Amino acid sequence: MHTVISSPTREVVIGPDQPFCVIGERINPTGRKIFQEQLRAGDLSRIALDVAQQVAGGATVLDVNMGVPLADEVELMVQAVTMIQELTDLPLCLDSSVIEALEAGLSTYQGKALVNSVTAEDDRLAAILPLVKRHGAAIIALPNDEFEIPYDPERRLELARKVVTVATTEYGIALEDVLIDPLAMPIGADTSLVIKTLETIELIASELGVNMTLGASNVSFGMPDRATLGAVFLPLAMRAGLTSAIMDARSSELVRAVRAGDLLLDRDPWGGAWIAAHRSQRAAGES
Amino acid sequence: MNQEELLKQMYEATLLGNAPVVLELTNAGLAMGLTPEILLFDSLIPSLEEVGARFERGDFFVPEMLIAGRAMAGALEVLRPLMVATGVEPVGTFLMGTVKGDVHDIGKNLVDIMLEGAGFHVIDLGVQVAPERFVEAIVEHKPDIVGFSAFLTTTMPMFKANMNALEKAGLRNEVIVMVGGAPVTQEYADAVGADGYAADASAAVKLAKDLLARRRSVAVA
Repeated sequence: MHTVISSPTREVVIGPDQPFCVIGERINPTGRKIFQEQLRAGDLSRIALDVAQQVAGGATVLDVNMGVPLADEVELMVQAVTMIQELTDLPLCLDSSVIEALEAGLSTYQGKALVNSVTAEDDRLAAILPLVKRHGAAIIALPNDEFEIPYDPERRLELARKVVTVATTEYGIALEDVLIDPLAMPIGADTSLVIKTLETIELIASELGVNMTLGASNVSFGMPDRATLGAVFLPLAMRAGLTSAIMDARSSELVRAVRAGDLLLDRDPWGGAWIAAHRSQRAAGES
Repeated sequence: MNQEELLKQMYEATLLGNAPVVLELTNAGLAMGLTPEILLFDSLIPSLEEVGARFERGDFFVPEMLIAGRAMAGALEVLRPLMVATGVEPVGTFLMGTVKGDVHDIGKNLVDIMLEGAGFHVIDLGVQVAPERFVEAIVEHKPDIVGFSAFLTTTMPMFKANMNALEKAGLRNEVIVMVGGAPVTQEYADAVGADGYAADASAAVKLAKDLLARRRSVAVA
């Protein structure tokens, strides 16, 4: 299954036989006090640095979240999308729980965007899927509904199946344009949570065969040495069937772990990308 | 083992989150004639305060905070009925819930455990708690503090809806209101008229105690 997203000049293909899709998570004000204040004041300049660092780090897609309390998220999303598309040709993942912000972002975006996200709640599906269809975008769906965030992988599969069915049969969205988020949870809160995520990935890969992405940083929340945890989690998840992650693309430890995973899982023919990365790093070191 | 040694060992065992040992020492302390108040205020609570301090310094991590809180909660299960019987008040009653439209609960549950560990009586209404449900529960349980949790920018506005419901029911001045959750900020808490906001479980406990102490000193004066 191949999901294709794009900017006017670049296409990114997500799929189990493709290099892992690294979605940079950084353009997000949650937990960033200074950035929040800047955005509230209408100052988006910090985004330029976030873009540059993530592009340099090896991101293949950039997530854009403008969820600042007490600010005009719709207007910020429009401005951010315009600005980022002038700075980079990486495709974008428009991230908001505000439907109007998604709508405005999609209208502004040039290319085929990824939308993050919709849940399995009927009213959310009814509000977001028509937008996704109208703009020819792809959508990330979370297997939770208005009652629970399920712990049980079978229940997550059930909700994922519901979204896939509704999106494809009721709204005519192509199956390859629906990505499931198998829900990554903090290992620090309960050490059984990550194995449930891995089991969910395996189940969804075998039962639905769709592409998947998740918020990889959730896993290491509240723990020391987050980079090592992420660098081990990601290849485990890749082996289970994860094809993309929203992650810290500025972390060379994480990005290298993912590229090593590509090679070891036979998604990097003859190790071409792995060797090229090594060579350019060596060249950078020598210069 | 004398009383002082026991209190010290219990402090250490709580710090390490060793629930079976904490429970054992709680029973041993009672058998030795130590009062629940001494066990609580001279060992358990100082230990959990040290856990919070270490967490804030970055020396302790979430699972360590969790197991310490659970170890303490285990001791409290033994101590609370004894304290009720002798007329000792709990630190305070804390009513907690994730707002309507939101089903996230990992962070909220962590705060619950730390509050219980600090001696609060915690009543958790779960997720998807509608404003009227908060109002009913405030009437029923008469908490000192009510905590609203939200994880999404789209569900945070329920804080205001909850505040309005409290106002309408004439309960706003009856309870301290605290808010929290990943996207929440101090500015947002101020804007909805909450009494306090904390960024993590450890800070929430400290703030809850401070707000309660402030309110009680005002009530006395």
